[in-house]
Amino acid sequence: MLQESLPVCPRPFAFLADKLNTDEETVLNRLRYLKEVGYLRRIGTFFDSNKLGYVGTLIALRVNDEYLSAVAQAVNHYPGVTHNYEREGEYNLWFTLMSPNEETERNILSEIASLPGVEAQLNLKAKKKYKINVQFALK
Amino acid sequence: MNATVCPLDEADIKIICALQRDLPLVSAPYKQMAEDIGITEDEFLRRMQRLLDKGIIRKMGAVLRHREVGYVANVLCVWEVAEEKLAKIARRMSRHPAVSHCYDRYTAPGWPYNLYTMIHAKSRNECEKIAAELERECGVTNRVMLYTRKEWKKTSMKYFCED
Repeated sequence: MLQESLPVCPRPFAFLADKLNTDEETVLNRLRYLKEVGYLRRIGTFFDSNKLGYVGTLIALRVNDEYLSAVAQAVNHYPGVTHNYEREGEYNLWFTLMSPNEETERNILSEIASLPGVEAQLNLKAKKKYKINVQFALK
Repeated sequence: MNATVCPLDEADIKIICALQRDLPLVSAPYKQMAEDIGITEDEFLRRMQRLLDKGIIRKMGAVLRHREVGYVANVLCVWEVAEEKLAKIARRMSRHPAVSHCYDRYTAPGWPYNLYTMIHAKSRNECEKIAAELERECGVTNRVMLYTRKEWKKTSMKYFCED
């Protein structure tokens, strides 16, 4: 249920409890438990980064294997990098970058391109997002 | 992508910063957040509703830890799709329950792939089966499976405020 949307009201968990035919305290206890054991990463707000003025992109790097760990750590250092994955294939490091404007993005990308071991960089901006919700059927 | 940037005042920014922390698991979570930034619950909710109406807030919800709920394999599968078929195929792939993200992206020299799908499954084998299924259903033959070797970073974006 929570993967959809919690209403914006004074007692959102009471609203949820009502929908689930239970009480607020049960919902809260259950959520605390799920969070504690790690099933829930977070309960919070999903923002539209474009509407906040941010620009985002996906970058693929081809990095010499010897330098991969150093480059990955240097990339992690940027706060606008939210996801950074080492992947199989010709391009072995993939990360998402959000920047407050295009100029900042260009500067960050040229810094990264000049790191030792970086052989190629692809800037793969989104044209259209068809599906962005992570909603899984849990059984 | 172009999006209208909405003017935000100082109180909005404070609310946006507060909302980037996890929602406290208490009966009146927004009351607590409002108190933290020194405004009333009413004003907090009123401004939040406005951010929601403008689409700045997409939703309030939960993020699961996929690896711990049984989805242990995930793959970024990229496809080369003819431009004229793209919208139709993207919508079709989006409908598959194992696909969590589906984006149309610009290509680059030597990189002809324009459709990106994130596939989640319980094993690598199952990922392969799902991709083969999508391939058959959509008639797209050129794809690359970019399996994760290592997760170096996975975090939520912090807008405006570093904390």
